[in-house]
Amino acid sequence: MIRNLLQRDARADRVVPPTGYTAHLTLFVSGAMAFLAVFALALSLASGRLADRWATELAGAATLRINAPADQLAAQTEAALTVLGQTPGIASARALTTEEQGALLSPWFGPDLPLDTLPIPQLIEIIEGEPGLDAVGLRLRLGAEVPGAVLDDHTRWREPLVDAATSLRRLGWVSILLIGGATAAMITLAANASLAANAQIIEVLRLVGARDRFIARAFVRRFTYRAFFGAVVGVLLGMTGVLLLPEASDEGGFLTGLGFQGIGWLLPALIPLLGAAVAFLATWTAASRKLKELS
Amino acid sequence: MIELENVSYTYGGGELLSDVSLQLQPGSFHFLTGPSGAGKTTLLKLCYGALLPTSGRLSAFDEDIAWLDRDQMAFLRRRIGVVHQDCRFLDHMTVAENVALPLMVSGQAETAKREDLSELLSWVGLGSRLDAHPPELSGGERQRAALARAVILSPDVVLADEPTGNVDWEMSQRLLRLLVELNKMGKTVLIATHDLSLIRAAKSQVQARVLRISQRQIQLAGADL
Repeated sequence: MIRNLLQRDARADRVVPPTGYTAHLTLFVSGAMAFLAVFALALSLASGRLADRWATELAGAATLRINAPADQLAAQTEAALTVLGQTPGIASARALTTEEQGALLSPWFGPDLPLDTLPIPQLIEIIEGEPGLDAVGLRLRLGAEVPGAVLDDHTRWREPLVDAATSLRRLGWVSILLIGGATAAMITLAANASLAANAQIIEVLRLVGARDRFIARAFVRRFTYRAFFGAVVGVLLGMTGVLLLPEASDEGGFLTGLGFQGIGWLLPALIPLLGAAVAFLATWTAASRKLKELS
Repeated sequence: MIELENVSYTYGGGELLSDVSLQLQPGSFHFLTGPSGAGKTTLLKLCYGALLPTSGRLSAFDEDIAWLDRDQMAFLRRRIGVVHQDCRFLDHMTVAENVALPLMVSGQAETAKREDLSELLSWVGLGSRLDAHPPELSGGERQRAALARAVILSPDVVLADEPTGNVDWEMSQRLLRLLVELNKMGKTVLIATHDLSLIRAAKSQVQARVLRISQRQIQLAGADL
């Protein structure tokens, strides 16, 4: 049915005058909305990548902190490593060297921090294996055998980050839906205005035996093609904007990773098709309703 | 072919037609006359389904038009060619496109040949005006183009509303001859006009029935015409 409706019939299209502000309005609205949709899509995809990365990178690791007086620190570290070595679900456990701990603190205290003179806790890096770490059980055992050990499986701060990234992804998709809804509303208004402005033409077409389907098709084709071409221009401008954004870098943080990767670059190509589908449905609904009113 | 039985039509609280009965037999020729505002155009609109009777029964081609849905009404209009006084063209399209409009809306545009269209427009004397736009035509040319559009689907009935209202005597005779010619091809013709001289001129060319609308009712006109 849709193929039949969209089948180009240049002569049938000509029954609707080609000019009018609704033509420019439809082109502009679909172009602007497609432009915004590209950025919403980029945001959504980037947030998704971020959520996945945080979830996977941090899920497989945990940190054990040994807070003990200096004279007990080495013994407790040794005991903790023994416990960790016997715990199922741990692939490896390793005490960080003094240099590695210094490197972790240097962004805050500078490179010349005298670690030897400070009561710095010992950190042990834990890499999880299969089937995963039983954090509750490990905490109980450590509490009994290594009194100064504090297990941080990153859940406490990983979950809010992943939640935030997931929410951001959801926000991107909601934005795309809102953009689609706003496009449909604007095109419906434009189609209604066009139908009202062409009431006399509709009357003539009816007098010569045109069915409502023929009249609606003439308007639907016009608006669908306009929305499609407007969206193509909008997507091209949006993609150019995304290309001009800075590339992802550790220094730039999240914002510099806003863009497409791999097959994601193909997704914006769907926007003109979706825009045309939205225009098709909006115009068809508006035309059907308006033609009933005009009868 | 088209039959009105005790048809009344009311608009805005006033009755424009009251208890009108009329039969348009196949191949017949009718004039509908009466003063301006008497209801000639209303009666024509009833005949092609642009208006529905307030009461009474109106059938076209053996179908009660009150029961036709919108698609069936469109098909009915393809069997009735109408020439409006104001012609009603799409000004952004050429004369040829306007005349071919009924073919286009009925899905026959693909099979229509430009030569056939040219022949039809030549029949109404507009063979050289195919690519002109309606605003470029004179009153008489517009009426002839409207007549060509009305007959392009070879309808069974041709209704003309004041077809000579905006043209000179010579042109009105030319239009009359075309309508008589259509009648001789077997088409039923109904012309609404207040121009009595046109009716008198037709008497020598065709066997016409003259109907007069007076006081919301329709009567056969007498010898005073």
